[in-house]
Amino acid sequence: MQEILQNLLNGIAVGAIYALIALGYTMVYGILKLINFAHGDVFMLGAFVGYYAGRWAAAHAGNGHPATYLIAFGIMLLSMVVCGLFGYLNERIAYRPLRNSPRIASLITAIGVSFLLEFGGQFVFGPDPKFFPTLTPKRIVHLGGIVTTNYQIIVLVVAVAFMALLQFIIYGTKFGRAMRAVSYNFEIASLMGIPVDRVISTTFVIGSALAAVAGILFGLSYPKIDPLMGIMPGLKAFIAAVLGGIGNVPGAVVGGLTIGIVEAFVGGSQFSNFRDAIAFVILIVILLFRPSGLFGKYEAEKV
Amino acid sequence: MKRLPWFVRDAIYLAVFVALLLAAAWGLAALRFPGIAYYTRIIVLIGINITLAVSLNIINGHAGQFSLGHAGFMAVGGYFSAFLTYFYFSKLVDRYPSAQSALLVAALLAGGALAAVAGYVVGLPSLRLRGDYLAIVTLGFGEIIRVLILNIEKIGGARGFTGIPHWSSFFWVYFFAGITILVSWRLVRSAVGRAFLAVREDQIAAEAMGINTTKYKVKAFVIGSFWAGVAGGLYAHYLMYLNPSMFTFIRSFEIVVMVVLGGLGSISGSIIAAIILTILPEGLRMVKEVLHSDKDPRMIIYSITLIALMLTRPQGIFGRRELWQVLPRRKDAVPKKERDDAAA
Repeated sequence: MQEILQNLLNGIAVGAIYALIALGYTMVYGILKLINFAHGDVFMLGAFVGYYAGRWAAAHAGNGHPATYLIAFGIMLLSMVVCGLFGYLNERIAYRPLRNSPRIASLITAIGVSFLLEFGGQFVFGPDPKFFPTLTPKRIVHLGGIVTTNYQIIVLVVAVAFMALLQFIIYGTKFGRAMRAVSYNFEIASLMGIPVDRVISTTFVIGSALAAVAGILFGLSYPKIDPLMGIMPGLKAFIAAVLGGIGNVPGAVVGGLTIGIVEAFVGGSQFSNFRDAIAFVILIVILLFRPSGLFGKYEAEKV
Repeated sequence: MKRLPWFVRDAIYLAVFVALLLAAAWGLAALRFPGIAYYTRIIVLIGINITLAVSLNIINGHAGQFSLGHAGFMAVGGYFSAFLTYFYFSKLVDRYPSAQSALLVAALLAGGALAAVAGYVVGLPSLRLRGDYLAIVTLGFGEIIRVLILNIEKIGGARGFTGIPHWSSFFWVYFFAGITILVSWRLVRSAVGRAFLAVREDQIAAEAMGINTTKYKVKAFVIGSFWAGVAGGLYAHYLMYLNPSMFTFIRSFEIVVMVVLGGLGSISGSIIAAIILTILPEGLRMVKEVLHSDKDPRMIIYSITLIALMLTRPQGIFGRRELWQVLPRRKDAVPKKERDDAAA
């Protein structure tokens, strides 16, 4: 029983990170119908910004600084700003000129940007793994029978907070309404006076900022980071987005948690060698029965 | 020539092609200058990439299905043919050395056949899925294949499969590249190929015209993955080593990039893009020497080139046309009478 709860908690913590990345995929897909393959590498960029900022902060403020949580929050904000800026430039330079071209062209530039970040990361940061600084003191916490760290709790709290914030932005603000309109119908939205370009740019900024948060949380939970770290989590987050029905925001969260939890259980069992394949198996099984994902709308073919 | 039946013509083309290849292989073996081994290796890898790109072009370009799992099929073919030669055929060759070529071809075809079976299994979900959902499922299949191979100890698992006999060569690689091109060329101009194009252009209209779209989608997957499997076998018997990490989805991306960059549905485009994208990273090694730095910026330049090429030619280098349809017509192509009229 305890083991099950333990795995469940670990799974939810990883799944929350997958969900944060998946949100970026699903928002961009919902609006542009583009699989932004570079998104996983933006997550890597976020972790590296956190790494350098964290080391700088530790050198200047020391580790036991009283405002340590505030500093950690500042580092996260900085990482969000850097990644948001990158997301903006990425859309502006690599995707916007191709908006009226075949969709596959922007998919290839997305792959190109992904390669650029991976190889550029190896060039600038160096290919060897680095150890993410402990931004705040790490403590073991006993919750009932299960052992956890305050980091896992931080991950959960931060992830849930950002998901709630996103939910509020999408359903509670004027911008969110514009975003939903653009994702519903691009052309008519622009006829209604919605600045489509600005909405798309902002969507990229929000998605990339969420990836930055995920990068920092990932760095805290699994302190070994390297320039290729974004590939697998990015892919799994994308699967999570497809699983939940790509373009659907709550679906991305459910998909991320599902994959995180199943992976944690498989990783703890005798089939742990197959951990990396299990996400795909779930995906294929679900898509065979629900071709548009769990919450996706099935669009009937029309002439 | 034009009056002969197509198979006689193809046989003649093939005979000429094989003769040229033999001459080229002999010439390449006779060349002696420093670094020749390196250049030969690149030329062989280009041949393998041509086979991969042209075979993926059947699925992605002609039939319009979006597959991101080509590296998986390549892995199936490569591992299966290497398994056959390593455990069974190499003993036979020890006894009958003259049978080596025949056994290599047998192993390659067997690898291709198993890859085709895998292609059938992957093609089945395409009954229900389309577009990006299909893309991610094929990507998933590729990764599942890789993880499965990683866990089979008999063929090396994570350590990799070593000791594969060095049977493949310049000649065999280009022989199969030529056959792949010929098959793909003939396919596109057959009833099957026209059905592929119909499915690509408008699935509902194709269905309404009585085309069994499911059948043709699966067919495209089976044919494409067969040649990917053969290419995998050639790759295995050239490098003499296989490792699951060679067949990640990044490898599939590289092949997709070749096809899209060449122009979806353009066979000559795929060939030229395969040549360019294989030479580019190698040619960029010079940059490091010029810069005198420890760090190698070649892959950064490679990715920027990729983005720039896609931004300038979103429809691919040739679009859907072939090389000779894009090139400016020669002057001779204008009938003599018209030229005379223009002169007068």
